[in-house]
Amino acid sequence: MSDVQEAPQPETLHGSPVSYSRGQKVVHPTRAEYIKLLKKLLDDGYAMCSDLTAVDFLTHPGRELPAGIAAERFEVVLNLTSIASRDRIRVRVQVPESDATIASVFELWPGTEAMEREVFDMFGVSFDGHPDLTRILMPEDWDGHPLRKDYAVGRIPVQFKGANS
Amino acid sequence: MTAVENVRQTNEGAQEMRSRSEIGARELLREVGSVLRMSEAEAAKLGQIPADPDEDQTMIINMGPQHPSTHGVLRLMLELQGETVLRCKPIIGYLHTGMEKTGEELTFLQGGTNVTRMDYLSPLNNELVFSMAVEKLLGIENDIPERAVWMRMLLSELNRMSSHLLFLATNGMDIGAVSMMLYGWREREEVLRFFQKVTGLRMNHNFIRPGGLAADLPAGWRDDVLTILETLPPRLAEYDILMTDQPIWRERLQGVGVITADEALALGTSGPILRSTGVAWDLRRDQPYLRYDEVEFDVIVGTYGDAFDRYAIRLNEIRESIRIVYQILDRMPLGDYRIQNKKVTPPPRARIDESMEALIHHFKIFTEGFKVPEGEVYVGIESPRGEIGCYIVSDGGPKPYRIHMRAPSFVNIQALPHMMRGGLVADAVAVISSVDPVLGEVDR
Repeated sequence: MSDVQEAPQPETLHGSPVSYSRGQKVVHPTRAEYIKLLKKLLDDGYAMCSDLTAVDFLTHPGRELPAGIAAERFEVVLNLTSIASRDRIRVRVQVPESDATIASVFELWPGTEAMEREVFDMFGVSFDGHPDLTRILMPEDWDGHPLRKDYAVGRIPVQFKGANS
Repeated sequence: MTAVENVRQTNEGAQEMRSRSEIGARELLREVGSVLRMSEAEAAKLGQIPADPDEDQTMIINMGPQHPSTHGVLRLMLELQGETVLRCKPIIGYLHTGMEKTGEELTFLQGGTNVTRMDYLSPLNNELVFSMAVEKLLGIENDIPERAVWMRMLLSELNRMSSHLLFLATNGMDIGAVSMMLYGWREREEVLRFFQKVTGLRMNHNFIRPGGLAADLPAGWRDDVLTILETLPPRLAEYDILMTDQPIWRERLQGVGVITADEALALGTSGPILRSTGVAWDLRRDQPYLRYDEVEFDVIVGTYGDAFDRYAIRLNEIRESIRIVYQILDRMPLGDYRIQNKKVTPPPRARIDESMEALIHHFKIFTEGFKVPEGEVYVGIESPRGEIGCYIVSDGGPKPYRIHMRAPSFVNIQALPHMMRGGLVADAVAVISSVDPVLGEVDR
């Protein structure tokens, strides 16, 4: 028996590091592990995808992430709910600006269809395998993605399509 | 303006439903296949209609955005064959005002005015979930005074009642029971009058704030609540006579817009839609917040997942809310209505007259706001429409770095194409009404 205390291993879930934010459990998969992890979570009973959204960390790059996860500009955030065990889990995955695409989870939770469209519309992150990736809140011919941090507030006056000024 | 120009100017391009000749099995799969876990061939067969060599028997019509039964500016594109709805696609965004972007420009203290306008029929629940998320980020969620917690519960339950009463009104109007509309609005007005007395406003209160509430309950509030609680049960019994027991009402709703538990879960729906399928999922009971674990109430569930179940659930949830409010009246403690934490609470008015520091402190809180430690948090509560969630990322400043509201109507509306498929166009109105969407929070 050695008297050298081993450093506690960082907690992982299905091979992805886990952190806690204000007591809420967060899993940080890489983009490659993303779908694999979600499939396992779905098998674990997280039958409901309550929420899917994204954050643009352009002006706030230095945030805490577990070792091995490199911070990127975009982060796609999923909040999953398990009806059986009555708990929630959050999945945060980093999406780089240079290649802002990630696999769609539509096949796992069809209810994310509108949410992924919203993220595409607002952040310009595209989802591979999404059946109908079009803008959802903004008009189809809109330029830019409003919730990006480099999209200024109040730059464009209220606009009605085709109205004569 | 010619009709062609008119169409071009209101065209939403690829967001719109395309005609059957332009799409393949994939789009049909999107509408049914993935939910039912069908094979692509099966899904395509579902969408097939008897070939008619003479002419195209289907047509696509627009319902809304300016239709009285679409509860605001919801636009549905319906593909019809005769009177049967073959496909349906909701097109939203007509009320999009960028509230999440606006939220990034408002301090945590001002944020309440923004979120309260999202679901304008249950403003207090919006404020509540926002305040709870901010408090969790601040780490003060367990320090909220008891009176504030019970006051929040009181307001939240009364708000549930007013929201469901409005649902009964609009549901009646949509189905053709027009007198119900008057009764529903009348009863809701009683509740709103109480809100006006407490908060100063009928809607959009900004009354529940991070750290507690804006003010204490006014004198005589208990009598006002009791008046509401005593008025409502006989009125609800009248609704039973007017609608629940009425054969026409049942014929109109039963078996309309059916959804199964698996489909409802896969589509992420919550609230009365999920409960109508028999899944007893109510965040008040299953992930208790405030003091819901200390009050007695039943979670109402349905059996068939049809429009009638959703109507009956909401009607009975009003009764459960009445039960909860009686218990709240019994247990309402005395004490502070907001946390006495100098960081988030401005000093009382009297202190400002005698202390320069208090004046500066007051000024700073209202101009700069308070700083919230870095982090991210998601809080979900049960609003009348389902799970309303608030996801906030803070970078340590006085404004949220990112604020996202998980709006129940936004998610629930995805169930519409599924519920309408194969039904009659006349039932489409009943289905929309039974989902009870609020377009303010769909589009945000």
